[in-house]
Amino acid sequence: MSSVDYESLSVGQSLPPLRLPAITRTTLALYAGASADHNPIHIDIDFARRAGLQDVFAHGMLSMAYLGRLLTNWVPQRQIRKFSVRFLAITQLGTIPTCTGEVVEKWQADGEKLARVAIRISSETGEDKIVGEAIVVL
Amino acid sequence: MLDKTLIGYAITPHTIEVEKGRLRFFAKATGQEDPVYLDEAVARKAGYRSLPVPPTFLFCLENEAPDPWEIQRVLKLDLPRLLHGEQSFTYHEPACAGDVLTFEPRITDMYERPERDLEFVVRETRVTNSHGVHVADLRVVIVQRSQARMK
Repeated sequence: MSSVDYESLSVGQSLPPLRLPAITRTTLALYAGASADHNPIHIDIDFARRAGLQDVFAHGMLSMAYLGRLLTNWVPQRQIRKFSVRFLAITQLGTIPTCTGEVVEKWQADGEKLARVAIRISSETGEDKIVGEAIVVL
Repeated sequence: MLDKTLIGYAITPHTIEVEKGRLRFFAKATGQEDPVYLDEAVARKAGYRSLPVPPTFLFCLENEAPDPWEIQRVLKLDLPRLLHGEQSFTYHEPACAGDVLTFEPRITDMYERPERDLEFVVRETRVTNSHGVHVADLRVVIVQRSQARMK
């Protein structure tokens, strides 16, 4: 990744988007194992049905991890100061997510150059699943 | 109904070592192929002690408490009706494989939106390493749906 320069950064500028493959049961099985989130609502269809749902659904934090990749593709991770999201909608199996972001503010404080980016992960139908923001130091 | 006398409740802290194999598995599970997250030599060249902990992984370690369902049990929450509402990380110091991290969570707020049949619990967690350095702060809003909303 080339380094992001504060001076040439403009408000409204987009981050390079991150397109993910469709979320499958394999995706959820691996994520459950790797994240140690073994909540059966994400991996056991029988449990999901007993809970009144049609099927398992993705961990919200899987999508947040994808947004983390959007950010670390843009700047080295140590430059990320804050990363926060709201979960808007459940991500169903088969969703093909895309992560996007744009610079919404840049400012200097205490000798540091900072930027705020608005980020989101959406489905292939354009439905926002998570929205949030990050603050990075440049 | 949420028991609001439990606002301020300190959840049992726990300490956990960050393991390289776990980080590599997490990279695989999230499609992360950047070698800094996989290859220790690359990580060191980038200035890290070892493989860096990626941005959301502290949440995973937070949930590896010996009793991960403590908050659900103490507040009498119903697991199948729970959703993740919000999540935030504030980073103070990088964390890497080999670090020994301590998580100190606390319930800091509870509220409801009766018009939407939803209840909310806020948990804030301070993360420090074995040198006493403040690594990060995590904040989660857990949402409980009423039975009527489950479908």
